[in-house]
Amino acid sequence: MTTTHPSAYPAAKTDRAFSLRKVLLTIGVIFVVVFSLAPILWQVLTSIKVNADIAAIPNVYFPRQFTLQHYIEIFNRRPFLNYMLNSFFVAATSTLLCLALGTPAAYALARLRVPGERFILALVLIVTLFPYILLFIGLLEIVRATGLANNYLALIIPYTAINIPLTILVMRSFFQQLPRDLEDSAKVDGYNTWQMLVRILLPLTTPALVTTGILAFIAAWNEFIFALTFITRESMKTIPVAVAQISGTAVFEIPYGALAAATVVGTLPLVILVLLFQRRIVQGLTAGAVKG
Amino acid sequence: MTDTIRAREQRTGWILLIPALLVLLLVYAYPILRSFWLSLFTQNLGTELQPVFSGLENYGRMAQDGRFWQSIINTTVFTISSLILELILGMAIALVLNQAFRGRSTVRTIAIIPWALPTALIATTWAWIFNAEFGVWNDILMRLNIIPEGQGINWLGEPTLAMMSVIAADVWKTTPFISILLLAGLQSIPEDLYEAHAIDGASAWQSFRQITLPLLMPQILIASLFRFAQAFGIFDLIAVMTGGGPAGATETVSIYVYATIMRYLDFGYGAALVVITFLVLILAVALAAVLLSKTRTALRG
Repeated sequence: MTTTHPSAYPAAKTDRAFSLRKVLLTIGVIFVVVFSLAPILWQVLTSIKVNADIAAIPNVYFPRQFTLQHYIEIFNRRPFLNYMLNSFFVAATSTLLCLALGTPAAYALARLRVPGERFILALVLIVTLFPYILLFIGLLEIVRATGLANNYLALIIPYTAINIPLTILVMRSFFQQLPRDLEDSAKVDGYNTWQMLVRILLPLTTPALVTTGILAFIAAWNEFIFALTFITRESMKTIPVAVAQISGTAVFEIPYGALAAATVVGTLPLVILVLLFQRRIVQGLTAGAVKG
Repeated sequence: MTDTIRAREQRTGWILLIPALLVLLLVYAYPILRSFWLSLFTQNLGTELQPVFSGLENYGRMAQDGRFWQSIINTTVFTISSLILELILGMAIALVLNQAFRGRSTVRTIAIIPWALPTALIATTWAWIFNAEFGVWNDILMRLNIIPEGQGINWLGEPTLAMMSVIAADVWKTTPFISILLLAGLQSIPEDLYEAHAIDGASAWQSFRQITLPLLMPQILIASLFRFAQAFGIFDLIAVMTGGGPAGATETVSIYVYATIMRYLDFGYGAALVVITFLVLILAVALAAVLLSKTRTALRG
C-alpha cells in the first residue's frame, strides 16, 4: 500500500502504526492460545497432582510431586477401559452407517433430478438445528416398545440419524464440485449409474468421506442425553455419561483428581483427531454450514 | 427416449435417497409428530401412566406454570448472552487468525480444540475451575486482589453467578465454531477491496465497518442461527455443571423437559413442552431464513 502511494502516508506515522499493529497482533495471538488451552491445561495439571496439592489453599499451580495415582484409579477401580471401548464402538459404527446411508442420498440430491429435491434439502437443513431434547420423548417410547434399552442400537441408530444431515450437506457440496464430464464419459463407456458410483466416484470421494467421518465421529463421541437415558447398565456406558457421573455420585467428597484424569483420557482421542485433521475439520464445518 | 432416461434417473435417485430418508423419518419426524399427539393427553402418575385425552389442557397448564416461564426466561438469557459474547469474541479471534504471523497454522489448530471436546466433560472442567473452595478462578481473583483473600465466591451456588458461570463455559466451548465460520468468510474477501479503501483514506475501523461486516453478514447470520438453536436446546453443559440449580436459576427448557419426563413421569405435559420448544425454533429459523435471503440479495444487488 505505502510503496504505491507514499504521499498518502507519512513515513513516521506508518512506522508507528505498523509496530502498534504488531504489538496488538502478538497480544491477540497470545490471548487466543491461552484462552483455548488454559482450562484443559488446568485439568491436566490437576490430574497429575497428589490430593494434598489439589486441595491446597492458595492453589498450587505446578505440582510439587507428580503422581499417576488418579489415572491408575480410573482404570482399576472403575471400568474406564470399558467406557472408552463403548464410546469408540458406538461412534465408529454410527459414523460408518451415516456415511453409507448419507453419501448416496447426497449424490442423488447433487446430480439426479429428483422431484421435491429442494424441499428435501430444506428439511435436511432445518433438521440440523433441532436440539436432541425434541426427539427425546418419541425415541424413549421407541426404545421402550422395542426393548432396545441397554442395547448399543439404541445409541447407534439415533447417532447415525443425527449425522446424516451433515453427511448430506458436506458430500453434496463435494459432488457438485466434481466435473460432470467424469460421469458423462463413464456413461459413454457403458457404465450404468451404480457401476459409475462405485468404480469412479467412490475412490474420488475418499477425502470428503474422511472429512465428514471425523465430524460425525466427534458428534457421536460427545453425545450425552440419549446415552444418559437409554443406557443404564454400568458396563455399557459411554465416556460423557461415565465422567459426568463421577462428579454426580459423591456429593460430599468429589474425587477431583480422578475426575480430571477421566476428563483428560476422555478428551485425548478428540484432541488427537483435531491435531491430525485440523484442515479437514474446518473444511467440513464450513461446507456443512455455509454452503448448505 | 429422453423420457425413459429421465425416469430411470429419477428411480435411481429415489433408491439412493430412501434409506437415509427412512432413518431421518424414524429419528426426527416420528418423535416430533408423536410429541404433538401425546401433548393432547394427560399421561402421568395421576392417571397411573395411562394416556387420557385432555385436549389442550396441557397448554393451559403451561400458561399457569411459573417454573416453565422461568425456564423460558433462563433459556433466553443464556442464549442471547452467550450468542452476543461468542459473536464478538469469535469475530476478534477470526480477525487475529486471518493475519499473517509465524506459527499461524498451529494457532489455528489450537483455536479449534475447545469446539471438539465433549461438552459433558468440559462441564466438569468448568465446575472445577469455578469451585467455591479450591477453584482456580477464585484463586486468580484473590492473587489479583480483586476479591479479599479467604473469601472465595460461590460461583455455582448463587443464582446470577451460576448463570454467568454456565455462560462463560458455553462461550469457551463454542466460540471456535463461530470463529471457524467467520475466518472462512474473511478469507473470501478480496484484499484489493481493503487496499482501494485505504487509498481513499479510510481507517482500519472504517474498513471493518464498511467492508468486513457487510460482506461477512451471511456467515454471521448462519453462525448465529446454528448457535441460537444449539444454545436454545442446551442440556449437557448445564445438567453436569449445575443440574439447573441453584433453586432453578439455570434451569433451561431442555432441563425442565427432561425432569418433567424422567423424574416426574409426566409424559403428556413433557410432550406439550417439546411442542412449544419446537414451534419457537421453527419461528426463529423462518426469521433467520428471511434475513439471510435479504442480505444475500442486498450483497448481489
